[in-house]
Amino acid sequence: MYEQISANKWKSGLMMAFFFAFVVALGYIIGLAMGGTDHPQYALIGLGIAFAIAMLMNVFSYYRSDKVALSISGAQPLEAYLNDPSWRHIAMRFDNTVEGLAIAAGVPKPVPYIIFDPAPNAFATGRNPEHSAVAATTGLLTMMNDQELEGVVGHEMSHIKNYDILLQTMTIVLVGTVIMLSDIFLRTFWLGDHDSGGNGEGQLIMMVIAIVFAILAPIIAMLIQLAISRRREYLADANGALLTRYPPGLASALQKIGGDAHQLRRANKATAHMYIAQPLNRDKGKRGSRLNGLFDTHPPIEDRIRRLDQMTGNFQEVQPGSVPAQ
Amino acid sequence: MVWVIVAIVVVVLLFIGFLIALFNRLVRYRNRVDNAWHQIDVQLNRRADLIPNLVETVKGYAAHERGTFEAVTQARSAIMNAKSVGESAQAEGMMGQALKSLFAVAEAYPDLKANQNFLALQEELSGTENKIAYARQFYNDSVMAYDIARQKFPANIIAGMFNFKEQREYFEPETPAAREVPKVSFT
Repeated sequence: MYEQISANKWKSGLMMAFFFAFVVALGYIIGLAMGGTDHPQYALIGLGIAFAIAMLMNVFSYYRSDKVALSISGAQPLEAYLNDPSWRHIAMRFDNTVEGLAIAAGVPKPVPYIIFDPAPNAFATGRNPEHSAVAATTGLLTMMNDQELEGVVGHEMSHIKNYDILLQTMTIVLVGTVIMLSDIFLRTFWLGDHDSGGNGEGQLIMMVIAIVFAILAPIIAMLIQLAISRRREYLADANGALLTRYPPGLASALQKIGGDAHQLRRANKATAHMYIAQPLNRDKGKRGSRLNGLFDTHPPIEDRIRRLDQMTGNFQEVQPGSVPAQ
Repeated sequence: MVWVIVAIVVVVLLFIGFLIALFNRLVRYRNRVDNAWHQIDVQLNRRADLIPNLVETVKGYAAHERGTFEAVTQARSAIMNAKSVGESAQAEGMMGQALKSLFAVAEAYPDLKANQNFLALQEELSGTENKIAYARQFYNDSVMAYDIARQKFPANIIAGMFNFKEQREYFEPETPAAREVPKVSFT
């Protein structure tokens, strides 16, 4: 458990560093491409601007990512539902479950949020257990019985305890920014090209590098996102089941989530990896071709259920090393 | 010669650092056990606060079921006065039984079952029951982690030298009923 926490902190730091280097390099190249051979000083200006942006984004993503994640997903604080008589019972049960499992995990109670959506799904966010939140959709809350809800919340609680939330949530902002920047980059690049009227080989080479960079950026960003999320889902399943001491609860919750046909409305590529079950590409994700499997943010539900079934009656804290790769 | 002295000093410093780290680890685990124990108390108090409200609500509809109310009140004071893990677990068992019969009484009064206040109290109470169970689970987990930490070599030497010897009790169900497999009959 503790090795995993430090691994997650270390990876978050590494990701910040990568992001930093990437943005600064991007700024430099944009400067070079726009300035061409006539204005070499543009490269330095680009570097400076990118440096400032990267710094700000890193700080922002550390402190504010959780709020971004919650607002992108359309999550609202639970209090709004507590005052509504038709939701009161469900909201109370969710609140109690979150508090109970926080006690079992020995972490402060995360702030519960509710997303108004019939598709059953949930996620946790925050930067550490002291600043964390758990969000669940109304679909999930109405569909699950007590044991299943405990299973889901236990899964999220172990994400919180492991500091997975820090890495997952920072990914949203940092990866999102990389994708956005490369988008902007492609556009400004075409504009800049028309203005300067292309002189010399140097600019041509810069153009090629810039295009390659811009095309590679989103792919790299996506791969990072995939790499961070698949194995830790198994781990969170196992440790979540350990918290509730009842693996069939989570297994049957996953079964219900997998069998549901609704698509989560507010999920997108940047936030997909946060959820307990894959919110996008639900139809394609159902086994089938291996190529599709490569781009899944989550392991197949059948696989996760099978592992939980094997766990029944055997409660050992699961170490990262003992979770086999797929 | 100088190098030998430096080497010895370094080794001694490393050794002391290692001992300090080990000692601090034990302190951390022991404090976690204490904290876990207080967590249970917090939840028990919360439940104890809920119970008078519940009794009052039920009384409004079923005033003549005096025996049930008395059992609940008795169990409540037993919990408040419990000192050890064992006593508290026993009082818990009493409370569980008393509440069960209280809710069984409520079953017979449809008006009461429809009462919003009663429903909210019931939800709150069952939530608190779960939290008590989780708090105990965390306590047991903490005791186990502490036991492992202080019985392992070489920490057991430090634990022996300083005050890490006292045994912490595990929480176990005390009522005989809790150990038995519940009988279910479909008639």
